[in-house]
Amino acid sequence: MLLKDEVGMLQRVPLFSGIEPAKLKLLAFTSDRVNYSAGQILFRQGDEGDAAYVILSGKADILVDSDSGPIKVAELLPNSIVGEIAILCNSSRTATVRAATQLEALRIRKDHFLRLMKEFPEMTIEMVRVLADRLSHTTADLIDARSAK
Amino acid sequence: MEPSLARYIWTHTRKQQLWILMIVVLSMIPYFMSFDLPKLIVNGPIQGKGFEQPGATQPFMRLHYDLPFIGDVLFFSGFQLGRKATLLALSLVFLLLVVINGLFKLYINTYKGRLGERMLRRIRFELVDRVLRFPPVYFKRVKSAEVATMVKDEVEPLGGFIGDAFLQPVLLGGQALTAMLFILVQNVWLGMIAFVIVVIQIVLIPRMRRRLIVLGRQRQLTARALSGRVGEIVDGIGAVHVHDTSNYERADIAARLGLIFKIRFDLYQWKFMVKFLNNFLAQITPFLFYMIGGYLAIAGRLNVGQLVAVIGAYKDLPGPMKELIDWDQDRQDVQVKYQQVVEQFTVEDLIAPRIGALMVDDPGPMTNPLSAVSLSIADDGGAMLLDRISLQVKPGETVALVSTATGGAEALAEAFARLNWPDSGRIVSGADDLLELPEAVTGRRMSYASSDVFLFHASLRDNLLYGLKHAPLTSVPYEGAAADQQRWNIAEAHRSGNPDLDVHSDWIDYASAGATGPHGLFEAVRRVLDAVVLSRDILDLGLRSLADLQRHTELAKRIVELRAALRTRLEQEGLSGLVVPFEPGAYNKEATIGQNLLFGAASGLALADKALAANPYFASVLKQAGLDGTLYGMGMEIAEQTIELFADLPPDHQFFQQLAFMSAEEIPAYETLLQRLKNRPYEAVSEADRAMIITLSFAYIEPLHRFGLLSDELMNKIVAARNQFYENLPPELQNAVERYDPAKYIAAATVMDNVLFGRVGNNHPDAPDRIRAIVYDILDELGLYAELLDVGLDFDVGAGGRRLTGGQRQKLDVARALLKRPDFLILNRPLSALDQRMQDKVLRNVLEEARRDDHSPAIVWAVTNPAMAMMFDRVIVFDSGQLVEDGTHETLLAENGIFKELLS
Repeated sequence: MLLKDEVGMLQRVPLFSGIEPAKLKLLAFTSDRVNYSAGQILFRQGDEGDAAYVILSGKADILVDSDSGPIKVAELLPNSIVGEIAILCNSSRTATVRAATQLEALRIRKDHFLRLMKEFPEMTIEMVRVLADRLSHTTADLIDARSAK
Repeated sequence: MEPSLARYIWTHTRKQQLWILMIVVLSMIPYFMSFDLPKLIVNGPIQGKGFEQPGATQPFMRLHYDLPFIGDVLFFSGFQLGRKATLLALSLVFLLLVVINGLFKLYINTYKGRLGERMLRRIRFELVDRVLRFPPVYFKRVKSAEVATMVKDEVEPLGGFIGDAFLQPVLLGGQALTAMLFILVQNVWLGMIAFVIVVIQIVLIPRMRRRLIVLGRQRQLTARALSGRVGEIVDGIGAVHVHDTSNYERADIAARLGLIFKIRFDLYQWKFMVKFLNNFLAQITPFLFYMIGGYLAIAGRLNVGQLVAVIGAYKDLPGPMKELIDWDQDRQDVQVKYQQVVEQFTVEDLIAPRIGALMVDDPGPMTNPLSAVSLSIADDGGAMLLDRISLQVKPGETVALVSTATGGAEALAEAFARLNWPDSGRIVSGADDLLELPEAVTGRRMSYASSDVFLFHASLRDNLLYGLKHAPLTSVPYEGAAADQQRWNIAEAHRSGNPDLDVHSDWIDYASAGATGPHGLFEAVRRVLDAVVLSRDILDLGLRSLADLQRHTELAKRIVELRAALRTRLEQEGLSGLVVPFEPGAYNKEATIGQNLLFGAASGLALADKALAANPYFASVLKQAGLDGTLYGMGMEIAEQTIELFADLPPDHQFFQQLAFMSAEEIPAYETLLQRLKNRPYEAVSEADRAMIITLSFAYIEPLHRFGLLSDELMNKIVAARNQFYENLPPELQNAVERYDPAKYIAAATVMDNVLFGRVGNNHPDAPDRIRAIVYDILDELGLYAELLDVGLDFDVGAGGRRLTGGQRQKLDVARALLKRPDFLILNRPLSALDQRMQDKVLRNVLEEARRDDHSPAIVWAVTNPAMAMMFDRVIVFDSGQLVEDGTHETLLAENGIFKELLS
């Protein structure tokens, strides 16, 4: 996959949809293209967050440690971004991400990501929107869980 | 040291001074003969005196003397020579005298020069020897650069002066006196005039020079202070930048230079003033001669011939007088410098020479306990660091020194290491005062490491083994020219009062490290490095270094085996995708185009990096292979893409770290270049511009940069060009590149590159770490681990060890202390740069390593954290310079005292 194809992929990621292609190309160029085979770990729960990943092809599982071993909580499909929370909060990874198939991803380093957010408010707003969306989902889930008890 | 320079010189060079004086007197004979000869030539053969008749002859070399009582005695009647033959013979004698005079001059100058150089060597050695014997407190007060400048620069002029120290006054004084006497004999009054003027010169000039001496001393002191400050700036450059004080430093230096300028200018003014006066006095004498002598002549009281003779003789007086006065100035100048230096090097409490005397044999173990007897130590400000402490450390005991912030444990450790001398009380080993024991005992049977590490600018190995170099243990066999050179070295060393210890001998005391020779030593080295957890760091350094193939032959010999083992292992673990190996007939996609073209490691500057594209031969190969146009097009594409991506970014943007093609500073240049070259056909582009563009393509790696510029056809062409390049490699480039050969070790590449013999895939983020782990594994399996460690030990630690991290330096210092296998191991907060977990680990390892093979040294460890005390037999607690608690860990815990408080 060439740089220009990656730009096409990035444009389809909601977070980056508002950014002009030239800047996306720069982002793609300065990011590392990484390959994983099925079963390889992108990052582990508890690690320090140093990068976010955009899945270009393949699938990955999001796993959370529990007393009875890791539980799969979600699946990542191409065009999704993962690992951005730990970058934003300076916290450690909240989950483990493992490649479920042969996986190609774009690894965006923390300092690059933060710099982009500073330079492109549209991206930051989009970011906030996605996060708020997730928060409302989580809240709804929580209410469901409480009322089901 | 001898305070008077003259006496110092006389003591050491008496015989030589007398010899050279004798030679000089001897040289006067041909010198005066050569004065007389021109007259003989002109009067005799040229003007024809004695050859009035044609065919007349004159005796040549006729020797006859008119002796008292006996009368005229003829020793040799001489050869009878004609006019022309006499001219020839006399001219030849003149030539002979010229040669003899020249040879005398040559001998005298060489002799004086050598005499001076020997003395200079002696003085410098004596100064450094004294530095080695200064008491520790002295070093708190001097700047190293000032001491260095004294040894190097300030004594330098002494060398030039020493040869003339006694010769010049005798010689010139003699000449001046002769001329003076001659004048006096001609006419007493005129002689008196000359005499009075000379007396004025002798009295007045030195008086005026006193100020010169004062200024000279100031000049020396300010120059020394300047070099001290410059040294300080260099050492403290970090602090300067951190605090933005570079302009303060500039101001300080400018002020000092201003002062130095003022002093030097004053000096010149006075110097020339004195010179003027001196010349004036010298010239006033002829004036008086002409006036008074002329008056006397007119008055008929003086014969005109006498007056002319006096004036003629006076010509010979100012010359020697002037030189004599110059000599005197030199003498004073040098004397001042010498005194200044001697003052600085005259220190009380100098360590006696016997303490540091050379001892080749093993002094035997220290079996007595080490005791502090009512020991008090104050710091420079007079505050008590330790106040009448008494304690005893028995052999084999492990003691933790725990201290509150103002405790004094560190001072005690330093006192045990003799780095801090007691103000009262003493430290004894058995019945002997520790300070009275030779260093040959304490330096071998005790060792010391602290947080304040000093490393020499040498390899890791040299620094590690430094603690074992006490005495030359082998005599090196020299042969042929080297043997002559060595004999000369020893003879010269003796003549200058230097020791003749051979620095090339093997100084390493293998036995004290528990080894029998270099090979066994390596085991010991490996163990201590493992103990301080430094081996891995050194292995990493080894992997990243170029191996010295003279020394590490094994690595080169087994490189094929190593590479094969790595391939097999990667296949077994299903990781073959991580490394793409170099194959002579294939394109390596993970390497740059430049690397694929060159397919070798550049070992000089001719083919390295940016010079590659500009190399004419390389360019011609590209042309032949039909690649130049393609790569140019590629370079243009890269330039366009790069500029499109990066042109708007500020030069300090972190994205530039990702850019391999050009630096942020080069972007504007490429931008204009691109504007200029766009739409221009390749043929119309100049060679230099082509190289600028083509060089961009050399950095391109398809999987990393993903511009989609590489086709199969291009890759094939590149592989073909690679072969072409090596086929006709011109001789001047033979040594500029080492071709990648699967069967050969490449000296110009790092060990890691040699083992990998390929490129790590760019798309695997954890590949480098995994591969490194595998490489270590394989090296261990093949028994090459030691070899790699040895390569790592070649690493140059830089000035003061600054190429290592603080933690690495401290670990190295502890390893060095351990390697000696001492009877008393003193450790003074040695690992303060490490985190607590690592300190604990190293502490455990060190205690174990020190006691390996039933060795049981006493270990005194000033700990950084009271919790570390748990590992020791005995714990001693200090507070405000007092010993407050002493006992085992358990008893102290039970006491609920300061120790418990410190622990919580």
